[in-house]
Amino acid sequence: MADRVLVAKLGLDGHDRGIKVVARTLRDAGYEVIYTGLFQTPESTVTAAIQEDVDAIGLSMLSGAHLALVPAVMEEQRRAGVSIPVIVGGIIPEDDIPALTKAGVSAVLGPGASAEEVIGAVRGAIDRARREAGGSAPEGEPGGSAPQGEPA
Amino acid sequence: MTRREEWQKAFEKAPLRDADFETMSGLPLEPVYGPADDEDAEYPGVYPYTRGPYASMYRSKLWTMRMFAGFGTATDTNWRFKELLAHGGSGLSTAFDMPTLLGVDSDDPRALGEVGRCGVAVDTLADVEDLYAGIDLEKVTTSMTINSPAAVILAMYVANAEANGAKRANLGGTLQNDILKEYQAQKEFVFPPRPSMRLVADTIEWCAAEMPRWHPVSISGYHIREAGSTAAQELAFTLANGFAYVESALQRGLAVDDFAPRLSFFFNAHIDFFEEIAKYRAARRIWARWMKERYHASSPRSMQMRFHTQTAGVSLTAQQPEVNIVRTAIEALAGVLGGTQSLHTNSMDEALALPTAKAARIALRTQQVIAYESGVANVADPLGGSWFVESLTDEMERLAEETFSYLDDLGHGSMLEGVLQGIEEGWFQNEVADAAYRFDRALNSGRRVFVGANAFTEGNDEDPIEVLKITDEDERRQVKRLAEVRSRRDGDAVERSLASLAAAAADPEVNLMPPLLDAVRTYATLGEIMDRLARVFGRHVEQPSI
Repeated sequence: MADRVLVAKLGLDGHDRGIKVVARTLRDAGYEVIYTGLFQTPESTVTAAIQEDVDAIGLSMLSGAHLALVPAVMEEQRRAGVSIPVIVGGIIPEDDIPALTKAGVSAVLGPGASAEEVIGAVRGAIDRARREAGGSAPEGEPGGSAPQGEPA
Repeated sequence: MTRREEWQKAFEKAPLRDADFETMSGLPLEPVYGPADDEDAEYPGVYPYTRGPYASMYRSKLWTMRMFAGFGTATDTNWRFKELLAHGGSGLSTAFDMPTLLGVDSDDPRALGEVGRCGVAVDTLADVEDLYAGIDLEKVTTSMTINSPAAVILAMYVANAEANGAKRANLGGTLQNDILKEYQAQKEFVFPPRPSMRLVADTIEWCAAEMPRWHPVSISGYHIREAGSTAAQELAFTLANGFAYVESALQRGLAVDDFAPRLSFFFNAHIDFFEEIAKYRAARRIWARWMKERYHASSPRSMQMRFHTQTAGVSLTAQQPEVNIVRTAIEALAGVLGGTQSLHTNSMDEALALPTAKAARIALRTQQVIAYESGVANVADPLGGSWFVESLTDEMERLAEETFSYLDDLGHGSMLEGVLQGIEEGWFQNEVADAAYRFDRALNSGRRVFVGANAFTEGNDEDPIEVLKITDEDERRQVKRLAEVRSRRDGDAVERSLASLAAAAADPEVNLMPPLLDAVRTYATLGEIMDRLARVFGRHVEQPSI
């Protein structure tokens, strides 16, 4: 079974060119992609990720709100008792990357990232999460870190 | 009268700038060139205006150098405006932050982290007072890039100007107010398409009666292109939207020549130099013909397309950002050779952040080099008559007409209905997303070279340039300011004005501009006004699709 990736547009920014290109890129690379649409909140994103039982979350951030909203997604995951790897893409100043990494983000992709880099970042994040979860589960069961989803 | 004679007559009436219209060798230049053996060839200022809306073009007046600015609080942006005016910028252009674009107040939980980031935060009339403080609004023209809440922001602008002694009839400027492209491309929508179109028609109707110098809608291809469309799609979708606004105003019973002269356009200037120039030329020709033949306009001003241009944000690279100055110069030159009426040049750092003051100054200087040094403003439509450019212009026109036929059929003979159907079915959205993905594939395969991004990457690791930082201090200041405004206003007056607005919104026969003016004068917030309208109009939710 293919790995599942949820891609979300967090916050009030409607510019969806990047996220749609990334969604198609991942789909063409064999991932099952769930796109939740515009104007998502940290809560709605984590709820959807649990319900869809995804292996990774991709967040598109162009508006500059990443330092407020991305850590909120990590916090929301802790509250829900899950740790799904998160990849952030968009306009992220160099200086902000350490803060995102510290918050637990697996990878940050800047403008101009190639399809290979996008796919590599997602694959790397999922592999690392599986190793850290201790399970050597090669595929199918995503490491057991996703519990029985609680519908919101 | 031949077209050549028509042009000559119009040119003789036009005032000229005080400048030497000659080459560096001292050769005198004609204002326009045309074939010696065809007096009826196309000329600028003569129907169908392919070569320009005016006979004398930049010999009378250079394009307006209109630099888009906005960040942090209104006071910060006011400072940037004054700096741009002091450096020779000739018009203001206001960028609003995401919460303002969506009609969400700065103290709303949904606004967390977004306040003042991508533009200036406006919650109440008090912010508009600060934004334009010390600027004579009868002397400058102002462009405001806002769509869903455009009518509310216009009301704030007018209320502030009038409180400072200006007359609304003397205010010049442009409201973007192009809601159709929001559903198609930029996606900053609030209400469903049909009630949104009512708000647009209200502003067109009200401005036609009250604000003769104002452009109530700037029909914008820019965002369609940035979202991934091709130049041909940008042209076709934008003009189709234009026809939809015309039909919507005609349905109000307005006469076409009473509002069409105030419609303006906004196009992208991307890097494919000649195709961009052909796009602008085709746009003018199509608009003139449709206004005349389909909508029976008789005033030439209804047929003369005037447009603003912005260089392509998506063409900029985060890698080796200084190279963006070169891209922007090429794109700006395409806009000028295409006959734009105003121009914004992007700053080199905009793939990374909002521009620093220095980067914005270089971008303005780029326009000044084109205007004052290069000589390209001496002759109207200097590429007219080029076999290549003329052929490309015809091809762009042909492709656009194919789209119009599709939409006209979809709407059973109504472009307005065709465009709304196209939005509701997701047709435009899919066309744009498909084109964006094709472009991305070409970049990934290397078939399309993007200097610094997928080729010629040596130097990418050099020290990064300095970028503008917007701290969350601005958000805190704005939230505090909003709390102060809320505490000192008359709460009963706010509530009464909102109730009247809601009642007016429920009656499709009422123009909403007067009740909006009443509401903003009580310092009702943008969020309160938009929420009250949403209770009547509903909220739009886009069906997510990849």
